[in-house]
Amino acid sequence: MNRVFPHPVLSLGLLVIWLILQQSLSPGNIVLGAIIAIGAGAATGALALTRPKLKKPWLVPVLFVVVTIDIIRSNVAVAWLILTQGSGPGTARFLEIPLELRDPNGLVFLSMIITSTPGTVWVEHDQQANTLLLHILDVIDEQEWIDTIKGRYERLILEILA
Amino acid sequence: MSELPLWAAVPVAMLVVAGGLLTLLGCIGLVRFQSFYARIHAPTLGTSFGMIFVSLASIIYFSVTGMRFASHELLLIVFVTITTPATLMLLARAALHRDRAEGRSDVPLPRSMRQNEDT
Repeated sequence: MNRVFPHPVLSLGLLVIWLILQQSLSPGNIVLGAIIAIGAGAATGALALTRPKLKKPWLVPVLFVVVTIDIIRSNVAVAWLILTQGSGPGTARFLEIPLELRDPNGLVFLSMIITSTPGTVWVEHDQQANTLLLHILDVIDEQEWIDTIKGRYERLILEILA
Repeated sequence: MSELPLWAAVPVAMLVVAGGLLTLLGCIGLVRFQSFYARIHAPTLGTSFGMIFVSLASIIYFSVTGMRFASHELLLIVFVTITTPATLMLLARAALHRDRAEGRSDVPLPRSMRQNEDT
């Protein structure tokens, strides 16, 4: 926005986090939290991060629900693999996926989604070719995984940002 | 701290046991899987729903006994979720770097070093 509030959303978020941590809405805590939030916001301004522009913010809860459902399903799937294939499944392999998403903030979201889902880990992103190298614990059908990453997550993130 | 009523004790107990079991399974997988890359998947059970179940149990327990909404755990869920990927990616990339430096054939080479492939 300007030099004092380079990241107003971040500062507001920090204030909310501070108040939750203190479990109090007393004026003293609001003032202290605001000082910390403004200071930290100004400090991150020096990092020159690109602020994400959410074109369709109403799709964020949709993405959240989709990801939560997938995390539940993959928790069950990985737990089952550990129980049934004690020494490790023979289907674990690397998989390279071509991406359309180039926005750094979008890539951060995608990396968090992929890595917090059990069974998939983001290993490497090639900026020139814009491909993503993943390690996946149980690959039965490669195309199915590519469709999941691109169709379920990347498409939604592209829509939210574009 | 006041007594925990039965209607709250049952879900708290179930959530703690479920979260504990998931985390335990993740640890068993970490020990028993054979390759490094398979191993890093296992502990994510503990850092996803293992952690969420225990946190939910904690929210219910302290909200009921303390008679006010306990919200610290929500921050815990958020921060564990956004910080775990950083560690996991760092570990995976370090392992990949090491395996490539040692010239192992079971890891993919960087894209720039395999231009003759049709990928």
